Amino acid sequence: MYDERLSQQRAPIYEALQRLKRQRIVPFDVPGHKRGRGNPELTELFGEKCVTMDVNSMKPLDFLCQPVSVIRDAEILAAEAFGAKHAFLMVGGTTSSVQSMVLSALKRGDKIILPRNVHRSVICALVVCGAIPVYVDPDTDPRLGIPLGMSVEVLEKTIKENPDAKAVLVNNPTYYGICSDIKSIVELAHENGMLCLADEAHGTHFYFDDELPIAAMHAGADMAAVSMHKSGGSLTQSSILLVGEGVSPGYVRQIINLTQTTSGSYLLLASLDIARRNLALRGKDIFRRVHKMAEYARSEINAIGGYYAYGREIINKDSVYDFDTTKLSVFTLDTGLAGIEVYDILRDEYDIQIEFGDLGNILAYLSIGDRYQELERLVSALADIYHNAGGNKKGVFFHEYIPPIVAVSPQEAFYAEKEAVELDKSVGRICSEFVMCYPPGIPILAPGEMITDSVLEYIRYAKEKGCSMSGPEDADLATLNVMKGV
Amino acid sequence: MELWFSELHADSVKLSIRVDRQVASINSDYQRIDIFDSEQFGRFLTLDGYMMLTEKDEFIYHEMITHVPMAVHPSIKNVLVIGGGDGGAVRELLKYDSVENVDLVEIDGEVIDACKKYMPFTAGRLDDERVNIYVEDGIRYIRNKRDTYDLIIVDSTDPFGPGEGLFTREFYGNCQRALKEDGILVNQHESPFYDNDREACKRMHRHISEGFRISKVFQAHIPTYPSGHWLFGFASKKYHPIKDIREDEWNKLGIKTKYYTTKLHKGAFYLPKYVEELLKDVEKE
Repeated sequence: MYDERLSQQRAPIYEALQRLKRQRIVPFDVPGHKRGRGNPELTELFGEKCVTMDVNSMKPLDFLCQPVSVIRDAEILAAEAFGAKHAFLMVGGTTSSVQSMVLSALKRGDKIILPRNVHRSVICALVVCGAIPVYVDPDTDPRLGIPLGMSVEVLEKTIKENPDAKAVLVNNPTYYGICSDIKSIVELAHENGMLCLADEAHGTHFYFDDELPIAAMHAGADMAAVSMHKSGGSLTQSSILLVGEGVSPGYVRQIINLTQTTSGSYLLLASLDIARRNLALRGKDIFRRVHKMAEYARSEINAIGGYYAYGREIINKDSVYDFDTTKLSVFTLDTGLAGIEVYDILRDEYDIQIEFGDLGNILAYLSIGDRYQELERLVSALADIYHNAGGNKKGVFFHEYIPPIVAVSPQEAFYAEKEAVELDKSVGRICSEFVMCYPPGIPILAPGEMITDSVLEYIRYAKEKGCSMSGPEDADLATLNVMKGV
Repeated sequence: MELWFSELHADSVKLSIRVDRQVASINSDYQRIDIFDSEQFGRFLTLDGYMMLTEKDEFIYHEMITHVPMAVHPSIKNVLVIGGGDGGAVRELLKYDSVENVDLVEIDGEVIDACKKYMPFTAGRLDDERVNIYVEDGIRYIRNKRDTYDLIIVDSTDPFGPGEGLFTREFYGNCQRALKEDGILVNQHESPFYDNDREACKRMHRHISEGFRISKVFQAHIPTYPSGHWLFGFASKKYHPIKDIREDEWNKLGIKTKYYTTKLHKGAFYLPKYVEELLKDVEKE
């Protein structure tokens, strides 16, 4: 299967686009802007080079739905670079990778074990396929108020209680950079005849530097959804789905083709190709540099006072099995400011945009494209904010984990007849929508879950603490949608 | 031979100087450093193709950025110069016996080396024992300093490239804490004339006005800078640049200058109407 002419120095899709340009083919096909001529404003905005590369599938460029030439070659090279059996280039964001992964592993009624702090794309996939979630408490750090990783011990217990589950899903890492013991989780899943799926939306770089936490494919996982556009440097909305030994690539292709566009963007595909080449050739140096910058920023931020930029010291070999040191997460409450306040001040007053701020933390995303001079600005701005704030320490938002009661599958609840009831009168009913709470960024309710007194108490408490709620049809959360007649 | 150095002052405006010869060209970690000789302006230094100073007109810039605060504050002993690797500001500061210490923080060590080697007319006093040179980013240096300096001079390049951080709110916020309670901050303030420069000028005035009760702007005429009309900022929590000038005292010092006089000092704060208005707009926000 391996083609000798292929090496990581090559970028087959990119090269095919270059060849196509030289051939000066006359386009009597889509897209209708015809290399930008038909839409001068588009050309003005994106540049001629960019619009001339916005072309359609054709023989010299291969077909994304059933690749046989340059896309196939690019996928072979990506699989090799990531150490997977097969790689799929994806153009619908990592949401499409996550959903294809879930839909490939599960059918209606199958059970999947997953941490409660999964990305909502996973639960949405369950709505589509009709599988049933079994949640594991991700454990919360009492000081930082952030959800952690999946404890192997807790997983073991959950597997014993659900021996019929078909798959285990793990975040590698979480948004905050927290890693679970994915190697043991893979072993445990395989021993019990389950697949191990990894959401690696925040872990592309793990594949290219062995000093970072282990990557899912290297740990033996069966599938992994990798956000190339986050730490990998490709264009937004491009992604890669990796497949290991235990899964049929042909079946995964069929699943992808259920929902994937038949007009995949060559800008996205070429960006994946070039980003893969860059990572394969220079990834290690790049991420060592990012790691060094993050370490430098951590020490400088911790020297300011008030802030806590956390690193490997939070590792406890259980719910924090490992930590992604390229992430720059900073606990802000001891400065007297909530993370979300620091986030807003940085943007509004210092022209600095960071990735997010929650109640207690901010996350600055460092990557391939960063330089020290901008890092100095960030650190100096944090220093200035701290000295101007001079407020009192704020208490952290912390609430005991409430194990969700999954009454019916998310699919059944989502498609059922529903009615809106007042929050106070919803106890005992089955919720048919999402209620997400930021922080800590985990669902309070998902479709199909029983509304209990403790859930309502949590909602009231979180609202009072200033957490923001998203998901429900009634944004003020005065009412909740529940299944009718159940 | 027709060899010309050209710099765009706006998208459709440029200034060209006939070059006699190129003296040096260095690629540092941060920028490209070039030094040329010319008939009209003598030796001149450019960074990434932007004019920094010429032998002929540098006195205007360096005298105005130093003597204005020196004639106001009665006892400046400890001075910080950020940027200014050419040494021109330091040269002027060392004319005062009362100055005990000058810390020079320049991000690019190769600028200092090149100036020491090829531009002795500005860099000639960088080896003075009162001068300490720190090769690091000014925005980092200033971050953890408290109540340290009587005077901070921000002798920055442009709001893009390695000097970018010196045009930000975080930088001026931290400068304010590094100054003593009665300290003065003086900065290179760009030009009010061309659109892009004007935006930088307004932004800077906004950042500085947020931290200081007294934040004024003064001007000078610098032939080789875009539009030739250049501004400087003067900020303090205590001293007013005109009301608090110690005219007689300064004149008694007998410091030799070519541009600066105490009379010009006062006049420099009277600005053209359009400049006054653009600064007022910023202050209103």
